[in-house]
Amino acid sequence: MAPPLLHLDGVTKSFGKVTVARELTLSVQPGEALGIVGPNGAGKSSLFAMISGDLRPDSGAVWLAGREVTAVPAHARTRAGVGRTYQVPRPFEHLTVFENVLVCAHQGAGLKGRQAWTHSMDVLDGTGLAALANTPAGRLTLLQRKRLEVARAIGTAPRLLLLDEVAGGLTEPEVLELVEVVRRLHAEGLGIVWIEHVVHALVRTVGRMVCLAGGDVVADGEPIAVLADPKVRELYLGGGPETGLLDEEGS
Amino acid sequence: MTISQMLTTRATAAVDVTRAARSSKLSAVALLIAVAVLTALPFLVFSTVTDTLVNLFVLVALASMWNLLAGFGGLVSVGQQAYIGIGAYSVIALADLGVQPYLAVPLAALTCAVFALPTSWPAFRLRGDYFAVGTWVIAEVYRLLVVRVDSLGGGSGKGLTGLSGIDQVLRGALTYWVALALALATIAGCYLLLRGRLGLSLMAVRDEETAASSAGIDVRRAKQVVYLVSAVGCGAAGGVITVSSLSVNPDAIFSVQWSAYMIFIVVIGGIGSIEGPLIGAVVFFGLQQLLSDYGSWYLVLLGAIGIAAALRLPRGLWGLVRDRTGLSLFPVGYFVQKRDSDVVS
Repeated sequence: MAPPLLHLDGVTKSFGKVTVARELTLSVQPGEALGIVGPNGAGKSSLFAMISGDLRPDSGAVWLAGREVTAVPAHARTRAGVGRTYQVPRPFEHLTVFENVLVCAHQGAGLKGRQAWTHSMDVLDGTGLAALANTPAGRLTLLQRKRLEVARAIGTAPRLLLLDEVAGGLTEPEVLELVEVVRRLHAEGLGIVWIEHVVHALVRTVGRMVCLAGGDVVADGEPIAVLADPKVRELYLGGGPETGLLDEEGS
Repeated sequence: MTISQMLTTRATAAVDVTRAARSSKLSAVALLIAVAVLTALPFLVFSTVTDTLVNLFVLVALASMWNLLAGFGGLVSVGQQAYIGIGAYSVIALADLGVQPYLAVPLAALTCAVFALPTSWPAFRLRGDYFAVGTWVIAEVYRLLVVRVDSLGGGSGKGLTGLSGIDQVLRGALTYWVALALALATIAGCYLLLRGRLGLSLMAVRDEETAASSAGIDVRRAKQVVYLVSAVGCGAAGGVITVSSLSVNPDAIFSVQWSAYMIFIVVIGGIGSIEGPLIGAVVFFGLQQLLSDYGSWYLVLLGAIGIAAALRLPRGLWGLVRDRTGLSLFPVGYFVQKRDSDVVS
């Protein structure tokens, strides 16, 4: 059997008293699309940071397609096939949209010359940014910035795509457009892990869902079943962060 | 087959990408003419003019190197005088060993690379403000080490040997050409460096470091390259200063004032572009010539101009020109020309 595309083995990470991952074990198979939900502070973004190499776990191991990458720095993981987006877009503001993706094609995908140009333009076509190729990224709107995050991640030619709340802050039609882009990428065999608060966008796209809370996996399985889980409902849907705050003040 | 090829069902059309803006052909001609005139200058004007211009060329080189370091690598150094000093003393030492002083200048630049690599290891452990202070301290350490070497003249400095045999007019002209070559080499070096794949990475690092590393860029290595190139350029500038002044004084050559000049020039000219330091150096040089009679008021005025530029012109004078005209003397960007399959999306 082929090794899983991504395997987290007992990963633990704390910042002082706050634990963002507690003995977390999780696998993603090649071509699988996994959605991650959970309340704020559940450790979702830290989990991404540990997968992409921005953050080193205190203990445990990260495996990528059968290779241990726990100590591998972020840029080398990108070259090994992890493409990620950031929750708050981080465009290279003084570069054009085309150059933003081109640098990923050069450094992440290892392409050169005309090949890199073609690859970058194809990515821009697929993410609906082709008409903005010569626009400086600093001038983009929020939707365009979120798309550029996706475009840059794909520009590195990943095997595993990490999407961090790419639908947050978008209008309903914009969310549907983005879902379409992600669905197409998944249909082409890309492994996807998608953190999202816009749950209906996830349900349309992923085949499996995990709910995280306090650095633990609360539920794991078919999306509808996970969302119906009473523990998940209480944590994530029923009891919002506001209720949580009130409880804390009361105690 | 890459993912992107699968990504679109449309047939891939040829992408036409150009590197030069339309205005840059004209500006290239203008630049060539300027270079030709500058090269011929020793035959046209008195040596007082060319001797003064040597200072301008040194400033252009130093500012270009600091701009590369801070504007592209995000490495705000206050210690590049370390390499100016090492370059200057290398020329003195090599000349003592019998090397022709003009030939010693490029060798001095290489010496700086040898010093810069191990220096970067401790320096790169520091971030932001600490890096700035740390580099200054490192420069001081180099000065203190140099003054302990008696054969280099100790604390009182040393004269340059090996140029006394050359006729004074010829020597002035040769020094001028070496300084011009230094300025042109640093600008051309920056241009070639930034135009390539590494350059695009550097510009990405300049804009967003975290995103740059997840784009696959080895940020630390990119910074190291920039640091080495900058050390080499500053070392060559130090060498030119020595062949121009014919002596070296440790307190003057390792002075933090060099860093102040570099920062001032880059701030008023515009950080993060090749043109900025060039314009900034010309403006600074002009101010120096105009205000040199006013004593300490000269420094007060320079400071006031620097503060005003930092507040009102965050992208410097060149940023102002570029925003108004779209001009680019040294195009390093990519412009997507057209695609046959352009579909309205």
